[in-house]
Amino acid sequence: MTDFLEVKDLTMRFGGLIAVDSLSFKVAHGSIHGLIGPNGAGKTTTFNMISGFYKPTSGQVLLRGEDISGLQMHEVARRGVVRTFQHSTLFAELTVLENALVGTHMPFRPNIFAAIIGWDKEDRSGAEARAKEALEFFGLDHVMQERAGDLSHGHQRALGMAVAYASHPDVILLDEPFTGMNPEETRQMMDLMKRLKADGITILIVEHDMQAIMGLCDNITCMSFGKFLAEGGPQEIRNHPAVIEAYLGGARHVA
Amino acid sequence: MPKFLIWIAALAALIALPHGLSFSQQEILVFLTINVLLVASYRLLTLTGEWSLGHVVIMGVGAYSSALLTKKLGVYVPVSMLLGGVIAALIAVLLSFPLFRMKGFYFLIGSFAAGEIIRLLWKRFRDPFGGAKGIKGIDPMPDFSVGFYQFDFFEPTSYYYFAGVVVAVCLWILWRIEKSPVGLTFHAVHWQDKLAQASGVNVRAYRTLAFAIASGFAGISGALLAHYVGTINPNAFDIDLMVFVLTWAIVGGTATFYGPILGCVVLTVINEVVLRELGLEQMRPLIYGAIMILSILFLPNGLESIVQKLTKRRAAGGAPERSPAE
Repeated sequence: MTDFLEVKDLTMRFGGLIAVDSLSFKVAHGSIHGLIGPNGAGKTTTFNMISGFYKPTSGQVLLRGEDISGLQMHEVARRGVVRTFQHSTLFAELTVLENALVGTHMPFRPNIFAAIIGWDKEDRSGAEARAKEALEFFGLDHVMQERAGDLSHGHQRALGMAVAYASHPDVILLDEPFTGMNPEETRQMMDLMKRLKADGITILIVEHDMQAIMGLCDNITCMSFGKFLAEGGPQEIRNHPAVIEAYLGGARHVA
Repeated sequence: MPKFLIWIAALAALIALPHGLSFSQQEILVFLTINVLLVASYRLLTLTGEWSLGHVVIMGVGAYSSALLTKKLGVYVPVSMLLGGVIAALIAVLLSFPLFRMKGFYFLIGSFAAGEIIRLLWKRFRDPFGGAKGIKGIDPMPDFSVGFYQFDFFEPTSYYYFAGVVVAVCLWILWRIEKSPVGLTFHAVHWQDKLAQASGVNVRAYRTLAFAIASGFAGISGALLAHYVGTINPNAFDIDLMVFVLTWAIVGGTATFYGPILGCVVLTVINEVVLRELGLEQMRPLIYGAIMILSILFLPNGLESIVQKLTKRRAAGGAPERSPAE
């Protein structure tokens, strides 16, 4: 496994508050990497810096050795790093199929002149095929014509991932994908993520649900108060005294 | 093919229409045709979620450009109209740099300010814009013949046919854009610009694209107006007309392609036929305001929602109709 995505001394300062303090970790190609930590640890801020939503105060995000920190979100996406959002951020007014079609924007870039004359039939059918493929992958093909806003919560989360998957990403950044899911939905979602990994997609995941993250990740980075705390496999992290302390608060004697 | 027959019937009705009208009504028909293009182009901008108050001034940019090109450089009129649209689109691209640093309400106010600046420039510089009096004696469209019909452009009927063809072509292009993947991306930018961006959409570029296309077609509508009326001045493109455009769009509804056009046609007919008959045309702003408030209160989805209800009821027996996602 090679270093594929590397975060180096990443720092984010909001005024006087240091949300993320020179954080470094590496994500191996084709792995599922978890980023955990107590509330306010700076996980989502880190995530936003990697995806280009925030410009880091200092430090670098390296993708295949190329510095992508400070690029706009769509430029990061075009390099193969696609993110999902917390909650159900979708095009609620559009149909499920149209949502997935927006996801195919990168592989099938629309051309306005071709669209007016009608010379983009191949692109349109290609985009539709890819969108349907992504929806099928996430088991959404039976609700294709429904409004995205009318879907159940679990389906909406799956659609968010389908939109990201439709763009043929190399890395998917998942922001708390298990929030508000029942155990059954969580289990299904975990299966889907394993299938994504089998497809060769690298996954970086920010999550609160310990059960899911322990069962899913190859590698876990734990942070607390913006700082790197520990890194290792699920077993290591579970038994790591610093991690237990961060979560349970000064419970050293318990460990 | 009943749908095909409906189109043929509509076309025949549009061709026959001016012959059943008086001269002044024919003139109003020409203005209505031009305004249909204006309001339809405005809808393309609203697809990305931005509402501009400078659209009518951009229309004026097209009018001034086309008028000046024919007057100073002797450009052939139909070509100058096209160039008027192109110049309006280019001005929009320039304006997009400051304007698209803003969103929503701030964009609205910013676009109004930008429009007023352009209007003040027209007033300030007598050469070449003619100051507050504007430009007079703009070359009309040169007459020509297509064998079975002799176009005489001092006749409103002739100009109606000419403008009708131009507007129809423009509407077809706007329709194609809206129904294309580009149009879908406009919707995406409107509903969730962050998610669109995460999917690799250059949001800023698409906003600019929509603004430029909308402005280009507004420019063509302005050019059509300039070469028909023969005289333009800065006050012809002031906020009053902009308020009418907004009223047409809101009363018609902006969820569908035909909504704003419907609003424009219905309100113009109400204005010209009903109010003029009653002798109330001086109260047009008052009545337009009342119609706007009433439609927001009682018809929040615009006139198009009535049409949708009617077509749905008819389609209820057949295949279930999918409600438009727009």
